[in-house]
Order: sequence, then structure tokens, then C-alpha cells
Amino acid sequence: MLFGFPIVQIVLFGFALTNEIKNANIIVVDNAKDQASLQLIDKMEGTKFFHVQKTLLTPSQIDAAFKEGKAKLAVVFPANFYNDLLHLNKASIQVIADASDPNTAVTLTNYVTSIVNDYQAQLSPTASMPYTIVPEVRMLYNPDLKGAPNFVPGVMAMVLLLVCVMMTSVSIVREKEMGTMEILLVSPVKPLLVIIAKALPYLALSIVNLAVILILSVYALDVPIKGSILLLVAESILLIITALALGLLISTITSSQQSAMFASMLGMMLPTMLLSGYLFPIENMPVVLQVISNIVPARWYYVIVKAVMLKGLGFGAVWKETLILTGMAVGFTALSLRNFKIRLE
Amino acid sequence: MNETVIKTNKLTKRFGDFVAVDEISFEVYKGEIFGFLGANGAGKTTAMRLLCGLSIPTSGEATVAGFDVFKQPEEIKKNIGYMSQKFSLYEDLSVKENIEFYGGIYGLSTKEIKAKSTELIDTLGLHNEADKLVSSLPLGWKQKLSFSVAVVHTPKIVFLDEPTGGVDPSMRRQFWDLIYNAADRGITIFVTTHYLDEAEYCNRVSIMVDGKIEALDSPAGLRKTYEATNMDEVFYKLARKAKRSE
Repeated sequence: MLFGFPIVQIVLFGFALTNEIKNANIIVVDNAKDQASLQLIDKMEGTKFFHVQKTLLTPSQIDAAFKEGKAKLAVVFPANFYNDLLHLNKASIQVIADASDPNTAVTLTNYVTSIVNDYQAQLSPTASMPYTIVPEVRMLYNPDLKGAPNFVPGVMAMVLLLVCVMMTSVSIVREKEMGTMEILLVSPVKPLLVIIAKALPYLALSIVNLAVILILSVYALDVPIKGSILLLVAESILLIITALALGLLISTITSSQQSAMFASMLGMMLPTMLLSGYLFPIENMPVVLQVISNIVPARWYYVIVKAVMLKGLGFGAVWKETLILTGMAVGFTALSLRNFKIRLE
Repeated sequence: MNETVIKTNKLTKRFGDFVAVDEISFEVYKGEIFGFLGANGAGKTTAMRLLCGLSIPTSGEATVAGFDVFKQPEEIKKNIGYMSQKFSLYEDLSVKENIEFYGGIYGLSTKEIKAKSTELIDTLGLHNEADKLVSSLPLGWKQKLSFSVAVVHTPKIVFLDEPTGGVDPSMRRQFWDLIYNAADRGITIFVTTHYLDEAEYCNRVSIMVDGKIEALDSPAGLRKTYEATNMDEVFYKLARKAKRSE
């Protein structure tokens, strides 16, 4: 353990988890289809940063594509691109970024800008009137590029998970450690009642926490809740239940408070921080980690919160993730009940 | 003869290949103080867990307080009390709160809990400590409180799992006074211990070796049968045969 852990960390942070963007999906709308635009698009395709989809979309279609998560950036060439360059020495292209994740948006925009500048330099090495291509950048959903919209969903997930998983598991294991769990089992009290009684305070606490975070983020951080508050709260309660079930599961496989805390750390906190897409984009991770991140509840919750809170989407957009979370909640609960019954034999 | 409150017939518990409790058959009568002795690893705790409904027997039969351990474990739980080795009190709750909690768990009404609470605190002389946290009580008090809480609902039988660990002899003497008191009230006491001098306080004693009951009689009877002057010797003669130890 002491040897494995540092090695895993170095591998993870050195190779797997990175803020660099590779193979980001971008849309290119080429209204010009002239030699300049084709050359520029060629350059973009040649880099490892982008995975270019060439389509002809209207602005609202681009918006829809962003909302569905199909692309993070769009580059739009106007119809007279090369002509403008030739005759006016100046042309502009539109760069539209999905800024609900401001870090990614800025990075991608910078890549585009530097490619454009590169091309500019190529075009006019000796000419006296330099060609200028002006990228007009629009950051959608988060024009001021506030970090808060990115952080709030992540913080929500962390806080809810921390309280529910760790506290629940520690609380149940404490009873086992103290020996009072045995007494409860000998008494007429049904075991299910004991479990529910243990989980309820943390459910209540988490709902209060959730309310506080949402209030703070709307009024103090200016992060609006664009979508339905009811849906947001419902999905959060789903995460809470999943987390409580996970805490329950951990309590059935650990026998001391210390190991319960440790298991919560390893099994929940670390994957949530590193693999949920909160700090490091999932698309950048090696395939192995991407697969593992599928079983981290926070990953799905993060998608849901961003969609509902920042993009104002409804249930139709997040039903898949909701189903997955529900499946996890049911799965964890079933596993814990099974473990619990086995203990009693 | 008295009413039988516990009756087992070839009760067995296996964990894979390991036979923890090997076809034990015995009876316990109402109001008796029944001692369950044996070395560590002999199977006493497992046997007790079978009788309390904490574990399901592999084979054999047993009835506790008139209810079958296989078919009616919930009924059994309502009619028994239990005191664990760790004294089973909530350290961060006060004396009164512990009494209220366990009273509630066993379904006593608020009135009954109040009455019992006053009675208990009077009997144990805990007037000054009633609202203090249990963690502040000395060990001997905790022990007595724990026992009193275990019988707060006046069960038919109370199971005590090594209740006198770590307590000095004078405290142990007081503790046993409480036990006698309960027995006089008709509560049957089933106590496991490895303090052999405590065996003398029991009406009858059984000695487990390697999962089987090797002897069952009153302390006087055992001393006679094994030609020993005290229980230590009885035990030594029996336990020499033992192959298991913890």
C-alpha cells in the first residue's frame, strides 16, 4: 500500500490526468469553401487538439449541439473569407465556445487563435500590408468566464458525498466498534429500522447543505439556476440516496471507524475529485480511467447539474444519467442488504 | 420441578468444517442462575448467540422462553435481555438517556419508562449522576447500570456475556447482589464467565470443552464428582482434555 500509492499517483498525474486538451470535438462551419478557409481548416485538423466535424449549421443549431455536449467549440467562416482577405486585407471568423467549463473554453479558444496567427504569418511573410484575420470570440452561457459556474457543481457533489458516505459509514461502524450494535440486533428493533435511523440525520443535513450551497451560489456568486430548481433538487436527493447507500455498503465491509474513513476516502473522495470530470476533463483520460469513471456517481451528477443549472435543460436531456444514478443507488442498497444478512448468519 | 425456560436438543453450529457448537443438549429452569463456563474458544459465546437469535443454528432444536429459535426469533428477542462484554451503554448519552433509550427499544410506555427510571436510579444510588454522561462513571457503576438496563423490561431470561471483566472483587460482589435480586424476581440468569470463582454463585453450572458440554451440575455436585476442592480444579481436570484454545 505504501509503495503502490505513490506510484499510482505519479502515473495518474503524470500521464493520465491533465488539463491539456486533446481530440476535443469542434464544429467547423465553412460558408466560404475557398482556398483560405480550406487551408485553415486543414491546419486545424492537422493538430492533435481537435477532432473536426465539418457541417453547415445555423447559430441556433450550434447552440443545440453545445447543449447536447456534442462539441465544445465552433468556428464559423463567413462566405467571403478569402475575398475579404485579398481585397480588404482583413477578414474575420467567428469562434464560439461553450464556456460552461471556462477553463476548457479558454484553452480551446487559445489554440484556435494561435493556429490562426500561425496561418496569418504564413500568408504574409514578405508582403508589406499584413493580412489580419480577426477571430471574434463568443463565450456562450458564461460570457464573463466566471470560474464559479464550474466550481459550484463540483463543490455540490463533494459536499453531499462527503457528508453522506463518510459520516454514514463511520456512524454505523462506530456502533459496531462500541458493541452497541450487538445490543440493537438482539433487541426487537428491526435491523432495517436501525439502518434508516442512521441514515436519516445525514439525509436531513445534506438537504440543508444543498439549500445553503444553492442560495450562496445564486446570491453570492451570481451563478444562476437556469433550469428547474425542482429538478435540480430531485436529482440531488437522488445523489444523496446513492451516497447513503454507498456509505451503508462501506459500513458492511469495514469493522473499525478508521478503516471506514479510509475506505470512504479511497472509494469515494479520490475518484470523485480525480475521475468525475470536475478537475480534469474525462475525454483527456486514457481509456482505462474513462471506463472506471463510469462507476463514479459524481461523474453523472456533475453532468446533470451542469446541464440543469448552467444550460437550463430539462429532464429530457438528463434522463440517461438519472437512470444510471438510480441504478447505482439500487445496486449499492441491494449489495449492502445482502452483506448485512450474511453477517447475521 | 420448575418451568423450563431454555431447552436445547443437539444444538449445533458449524462454520464450514469447523464445529463451534457440537450437539449440546440441556435445560435451564425459571429463576435459576445458570453459569456457562469454558475456556476461550470452547464455544460459549457462539452458543449464547444461538440462543439470543444473533446467529442461526446449523442443526438441532432449541426453545427460548417458549419460542423456537428457528421459527420465532422475533418473539424470543422481545422476551430476553442481553448484556455484552463491553457493557453496551452509549457513552455519549447520560444515565437517564440510556435508560430511556433501551426502555423505548423494548416497547415500554413513557409512563413505564419514567417509573423504571426513578426506580433504577434509586436502587443504584445514582441520583447525582443521573444526568451525567455514562463515560464519566467508574467501571463498577457502568457494569451495574448495564445490567439494570438489560432487565429494564423485566424479561424472562437475561443473557450476560462475561459481565464482570476488569472489575475489582468488591464491585463484583455488589454486581452479583443485583443478579440475585433479579433471580428472586423470577428472571432467569444465563451467564458466561471465565472467572471460575463466580461459578460458585450459580445454581448450576455447565462446562464446555471443544464445543461439547462435558459437565452440567450444581457447583457442589461437580466438586464431588471430580473430587476437587474448588471449581478451578474441576475445570482443570476437564479442560486438560481440550484441544482448542483461542
